[in-house]
Amino acid sequence: MTSSNDFQWRRDRDGLGVWEHRGNVAVVGYGHSPVDRRWDGVDLDSSLGAYTIMACEKAMEQAGVTIDQVDGIVCCDSHIAGGSGGTASQWAPRPYFDPPYDSEYGLTLINAQWLINTMGFKNVKFAPTGVPTIGEMVGMASQAVGDGVCSTCLVIYPTGNMEGRYRRGGENADDYARGARQWTVPWGNHGGNDFINIFPHRQYLMKYGGEHEDLVHFVRNQHKNGMLTPWGYNATHNIQPISVEDYIGSRPILNPLRIWDCDRPVNASAAYVFTTAERAQDMKSQPVYVLNHSQHNFAFRTTQPDLDEVEMWTDRQAARMYEGAGLGPADVDIFNPYDGYSIMTQFFLEGFQWHGVKRGEALSFYAGDITVKGPHPFSSSGGNLGNGRTRTAMYTDSIEQLRGTAGDRQVTVRAETALCAFSTPSSGGWLMLGKYPS
Amino acid sequence: MPKIIPVPDELSQPFWDAVNERRLIVQNCIGCDRLQYPPGVDCRVCESATGVEWKEVEGKGHIAAYIVIEDGRLNRRMPDQPYNLALVTLDEDPTVNFYSNLPGTPPYEVPVGAAVEVTFEEVAPGQLIHEWKVVE
Repeated sequence: MTSSNDFQWRRDRDGLGVWEHRGNVAVVGYGHSPVDRRWDGVDLDSSLGAYTIMACEKAMEQAGVTIDQVDGIVCCDSHIAGGSGGTASQWAPRPYFDPPYDSEYGLTLINAQWLINTMGFKNVKFAPTGVPTIGEMVGMASQAVGDGVCSTCLVIYPTGNMEGRYRRGGENADDYARGARQWTVPWGNHGGNDFINIFPHRQYLMKYGGEHEDLVHFVRNQHKNGMLTPWGYNATHNIQPISVEDYIGSRPILNPLRIWDCDRPVNASAAYVFTTAERAQDMKSQPVYVLNHSQHNFAFRTTQPDLDEVEMWTDRQAARMYEGAGLGPADVDIFNPYDGYSIMTQFFLEGFQWHGVKRGEALSFYAGDITVKGPHPFSSSGGNLGNGRTRTAMYTDSIEQLRGTAGDRQVTVRAETALCAFSTPSSGGWLMLGKYPS
Repeated sequence: MPKIIPVPDELSQPFWDAVNERRLIVQNCIGCDRLQYPPGVDCRVCESATGVEWKEVEGKGHIAAYIVIEDGRLNRRMPDQPYNLALVTLDEDPTVNFYSNLPGTPPYEVPVGAAVEVTFEEVAPGQLIHEWKVVE
């Protein structure tokens, strides 16, 4: 097996032109594990490892791909959907079990090597380590398949969650602030996208008007779409959409940010199969085609990003993606931006100008008809708010909408292109999918 | 409850030394003449090879926005909840901003747009941090 960490795959600069592999890479399968609130630390059938194996098997089954055909594995091996939690997100050490659960791998961490050993992949030649989160992984896999680094690639995104309050402990229990935290933590910023985005959101309301509570229309719609997503946390746990009163009366976190503006951490795993458009023709399922991938990682110019900075960043994300896909805002049928905190999604909607929404217009857009059966089926996936913090609903819904298999969520407008992301204004990536390769 | 204590490192030691002398310094880029805070090895705007130098600033600013932390994750600050977290822009360069708990300003009663001036608060014996107070 060859691991290629030197592989140059990112499309993270302005002005790169149309992606050279546009339409030549396809997604041919996906699979989801059950989505639990937490793993109990005991039941090995519901560990992150067991759930990841399940997700991989479902994705391969849907695509009609055998283990021997898989020659690439791109698996995020960080704690709880990314390293942003620092030491506060780590649960080890713990008592371990018999192989393959004799280390943290398989329990709360998954990497390609553990999967190769446990599932018996024999022909994997591309299995990079240090893989980023799914917002970028899908780009890495797309480029790897397009460049011929591998031809059938599993993309796996596990998100672990265990008992206890989320990200309490570790650095967050420390009386001292070290490194970059010395500039934020003494004043109470524990770090994360809640803080990064709440100030630009406050400035947004001051600049364009509106109230924080206007987000309720978007949040409720995410919950409704989540109930239409059979594998998601809300649907499988019968979490009915909240009322306006529920939202307004809910617990403040970083006031005005409320608990219902935040996604629900879960224990789950998802897998996708990427392959060449040529191979996809012979596979079991209907392919959808990758029209572009793009990434961004913008440096903060000072302590806290402000509205101007966030709007500039999202403008640049949109320009990169549209240029690389050879498409414009009017060409995008399905739009599934990230919603881990409800306060950031308007920046994407306006930056990408989906359905003509310009700066300052998102809240009034939310108050209109954004249901999946209406003319503006915004975030038809239900995102994280409607499905739990899997960070994968945006991708799966986009595939299903293009295939026409979204069931009760199937939009009634045209569904030939889909833009999806796990992305924050400052970092992450976007993926443009098409029903047709061109 | 005291605030969390910053731990100076090689890059930040001059900054915290100045704060402990009740002075506010930030970096100034020799190449593009922009102020920079938090400090970095290079200028984050122009990445000039000419480097950055420390410069004392007047310590006057304005409140751009604020939130109230009601359910944060930092153990040491939990007894303080709810407390203000304001975004303060520096008058000498409003693209430079700082956090502040606005000592003396009750939670939720933050005068956005108001002028503030730097003050210093002891968080451990011999260790101050920079804070900002509304100018009456």
